[in-house]
Amino acid sequence: MSSTAHAVPGTHYLNNEKGLMSWLKTLDHKRIGVMYLFTILFFFFIGGLFALGIRLELMTPGQTIDFTLPLIGRIVMDAPTYNRFFTYHGAIMVFLVIIPSIPAALGNFVLPMMLGAKDVAFPRLNLMSYYLYILGAIVALSSLLLHGVDTGWTFYTPYSIRASTGTIMVVLGAFIAGFSSILTGLNFIITIHKLRAPGLSWSRLPLFCWALYATSIIQVLATPVLAITLLLLVAERVLKIGIFDPALGGDAVLFQHFFWFYSHPAVYIMILPGLGVISEIIPVFSRKPIFGYRAIAYSSFGIALIAFIVWGHHLFVSGQSEMANFIFSLLTMFVAVPTGIKVFSWVATLYRGSIRFNVPMLYALGFLELFTIGGLTGVFLATLSIDVHLTDTYFVIAHFHYVMVGGTLMAMTGGIHYWFPKMSGKMYSEKSALWAFILILIGFNVTFFPQFIVGAQGMPRRYWYYLPEFTTLNQISTVGSWFLLAGFVWVAVYLWKAIRSGENAPGNPWEALTLEWQSPSPPPLENFVETPTVTSWPYEYRS
Amino acid sequence: MSHSHSSSDSSEQLAPGMVDHHHAHHFANASEEFEASKQGMWLFMVTEVLMVGGLFVAYAIFRSLYPEMFKEAHHLLDWKLGMVNTIVLITSSLTMVLAVAAAQRGEHKKTVRYLIVTLLCGLAFLFVKKIEYTAKIEHGLLPGGLFNFEHAAEYAKSHGTTLTHEKAPLFFSLYFMMTGIHALHVIIGMGLITWLTIRASRKEFGSNYYTPMELVGFYWHFVDLVWIYLFPLLYLVG
Amino acid sequence: MLLKWLSFVWMSEASASTLPLQGSEVARSWDQLYIFLVALSVFFFILVVGGMLYFAVKYRKSVSKTTEYITDNHVIEAVWTVIPAILLMVIFGWGYSVYVKMTQAPSDAYEVRVIGKQWLWQFQYDDGRTTINELYVPVNKPVKLIMTSEDVIHSFFIPNFRVKQDVVPQMYSSVWFQATIPGKHQVFCTEYCGASHSQMLAKVIVLDDQQWLSWRMGKKIDLNLLPTAGLGDEALAAAVKKQDEEKAASGKPTVQLTGLAAEGKAVMQAKGCIACHSFDGAKLTGPTLKGVFGHDVELLDGSKVLADENYIRESIENPTAKVVKGFSPIMPTFKGLVSETELNAVIAYIKTLKE
Repeated sequence: MSSTAHAVPGTHYLNNEKGLMSWLKTLDHKRIGVMYLFTILFFFFIGGLFALGIRLELMTPGQTIDFTLPLIGRIVMDAPTYNRFFTYHGAIMVFLVIIPSIPAALGNFVLPMMLGAKDVAFPRLNLMSYYLYILGAIVALSSLLLHGVDTGWTFYTPYSIRASTGTIMVVLGAFIAGFSSILTGLNFIITIHKLRAPGLSWSRLPLFCWALYATSIIQVLATPVLAITLLLLVAERVLKIGIFDPALGGDAVLFQHFFWFYSHPAVYIMILPGLGVISEIIPVFSRKPIFGYRAIAYSSFGIALIAFIVWGHHLFVSGQSEMANFIFSLLTMFVAVPTGIKVFSWVATLYRGSIRFNVPMLYALGFLELFTIGGLTGVFLATLSIDVHLTDTYFVIAHFHYVMVGGTLMAMTGGIHYWFPKMSGKMYSEKSALWAFILILIGFNVTFFPQFIVGAQGMPRRYWYYLPEFTTLNQISTVGSWFLLAGFVWVAVYLWKAIRSGENAPGNPWEALTLEWQSPSPPPLENFVETPTVTSWPYEYRS
Repeated sequence: MSHSHSSSDSSEQLAPGMVDHHHAHHFANASEEFEASKQGMWLFMVTEVLMVGGLFVAYAIFRSLYPEMFKEAHHLLDWKLGMVNTIVLITSSLTMVLAVAAAQRGEHKKTVRYLIVTLLCGLAFLFVKKIEYTAKIEHGLLPGGLFNFEHAAEYAKSHGTTLTHEKAPLFFSLYFMMTGIHALHVIIGMGLITWLTIRASRKEFGSNYYTPMELVGFYWHFVDLVWIYLFPLLYLVG
Repeated sequence: MLLKWLSFVWMSEASASTLPLQGSEVARSWDQLYIFLVALSVFFFILVVGGMLYFAVKYRKSVSKTTEYITDNHVIEAVWTVIPAILLMVIFGWGYSVYVKMTQAPSDAYEVRVIGKQWLWQFQYDDGRTTINELYVPVNKPVKLIMTSEDVIHSFFIPNFRVKQDVVPQMYSSVWFQATIPGKHQVFCTEYCGASHSQMLAKVIVLDDQQWLSWRMGKKIDLNLLPTAGLGDEALAAAVKKQDEEKAASGKPTVQLTGLAAEGKAVMQAKGCIACHSFDGAKLTGPTLKGVFGHDVELLDGSKVLADENYIRESIENPTAKVVKGFSPIMPTFKGLVSETELNAVIAYIKTLKE
């Protein structure tokens, strides 16, 4: 019953069927990956607009945005509007961008190909999770019609119980998007278990697959807890169940425990796939085997495991017991060990290599710089007493942007540049890409580094008004955000140009050894002309 | 993209009890596909356990805080009705097992019959639940902020007990959340069983293909199992 | 080596200069640990990113034509697993020891009760006095705050003292400190609590022995005579504000406030009214006070009421009685928190806010 695709010359997954419906109803993991990618980039743009609004408002201590435009009228950013801006920025970026970013977009496209499979284990489930994601997004954003939401993306009770009715919509949206995330994770786990090509043993599995595997486990185990938490929050508002509402005898801090039991592991859902991308890019462009394959693979699981027992470090000043603080601080320290192992291993991979500075490699090196800062400042926040002063200040904002944007987003952008020839069958201009990279790297540091300082000085997060002493650092940060904007717009422009009129890409432009590159660009419908057989390790680079 | 061959493609002879089914193109063979689906379902069950687990954790926290309240409030639940429902669900699990076994042997009629009995058990369960809910709602035994102490006290008196603990509404919050989410699962399960009944009556299952039967069976047993925990935790406190 | 050491000394000074004033006993220990962490981070940053850049340049393709086949090295992997683990344990232990200092209040600490509510801080003293947004404490004596919230979660943060604690409804939490520098120290709310979260500000007024004595005897402290310690520099804030006002008022005649009205404005700033009510027509959480006095105000039920002295008094003492249309009845009562003389001053100021 073997039915390999008939490789008609000139056809591939992008042109084997035409028309919008052929995309909307597709079961092909590659097309679903591409749809995810475009949708996620769209929401990244929306979330980014909110971020730019926040930064612009913070240009001066009091109200900054108050001007009159012809036709549109007076535009004012008062405190309630500002609070909605940071809520939507956070909720969109976390639930609709960073969590699905690498797994659902790049992972969907690349994972089955890396395994030498024709598709994911459950293609229909895959399409369904895409539509659940869209539905979640629509439900969440419909709150804009209900006075918007100003609770912050963390929905802390009891404020979220009393806030506008739109809150219910955002919470339900996150709930639905959560199911999308669970189904993607489930699909990936079974795919990795069941659909590896002949000869692709576990010890030959590419590190990106290992990272996605670890991520999927967290998605499957942690997201249901978020689901029930959000459901309880909705019930709290609709039925007044009084579990989280102190006015009805509930426990407000219990919500934080429930929320972070998911949302802390979710932080690793966001970063682990990025670490996987970097583990692929560095050996390819160093022409050397990855250093410490086993250590990197296992450390992903180490991180995933620890992820579940450190949630309490978000609650050091919440009033939880000192004993709990002691234990959570101690456990949190151990996150740094596997993370350090990865970072050191990547640097060691460069040693005695033959390094090419193609664009994906630049992003990988940029990632190393930013992620190192993000990781080291994480140690500050894990340290009990240090966290007491720094928590809920801009130091925390800077820290997680270094990890989530400097880490995940740089890895994602690097990954897009790495797999772009495979996905589109086109090459982009490396010269344009270099300048965009420089803009993004500088823009990022200028935007977020001052926030460490202003945070240590005491500026709290979620502040529309701030003390005049903090003005200069905030202005530097705001100017940095414009560099970031320019950089990302530039990326969009030259990649679009490449899709329209770029040179055709060869099957394996980077001379990489993982399976996805052993197929034509763009790949045929069922990925490979012939099902590949694996005979060696994916990092067998020798000069 | 052809997900399975159209039946005209196939000219193989089917052994007795087998049905005409083809596995998806990306699996090497049908048993691989079956294994993958089974593993996927197990994983999904794990997510269900964690989701319900959240509620059990909330239950454990509040019960350890107010044990005497749980004792007092649970008297207002009718353990006899709970017991009836327990028996109903266990019976339905049994008929579900029989339905799957019949499907495996390619006994289409038996499969349909057992599925219908399972479905009826589900209906009976929901009917009893409705009786219970109506009684609770009538007497003000509602979740948290909607709880009516006056009505509840009267109701307790008529049952020969008292209800005075100020945290009593919490018990009913948990009761409605836990049994409500469970009932939602029962309804979803019944929808799935209806779907199976239609497919089984079209003779789509046989010894070589019964994956949906097996998977929905897992799910139904899970729903049953959750009730077996809920029953003592809510109806038989202390 | 010497150079390295010197750079660390320079760094500690530089990083210390980015911290707020060292205003409490515990701040000193906190700063030492923070500077140690900064130094350690810079060391590891140079190790990783420096190493990365060094290798990237040294082994670039044009120079390094061949590569070496290295897959792992157990010795070095053990080194970079074990050494960071040990360092992390040291950091944890040090961090915890400072935390113990932060949380173990001496039994003889002077206690003040704190109530957080949207969007002000209220302080209750043992002699029955109450203040809003100004917490009076003695210098060099341990002070313990016992805190709760009336509505949502807030968080009490004094950067100069390096302490912070969430303030949760239906629960008491506490924080303690021993201030070392007299003057006014900034307080922030650091748990997001709604519209005017960023204006939920207060000051810890640390008094020297003599001032403390006179405060205890019920005398009023002239805050203008006290220095601002570190953050919350009022001179700077005033300069920025003046600049803004000049910008806004260019072309418009400015009204000079004097006497009672000026005092009323100061009262409204001190009591936190400005968190919700603007003086310039901007719609915040509550209605603006501009152009209100002497005019009819439309209420929630559609009826109208003349905004006169009695209406303003009622709105302060019993705010939910007559709520302006378009707003929610969420303002807390200020009954007993504003004296008659202060009330007169506030009304005098509101009268000056003409359209």
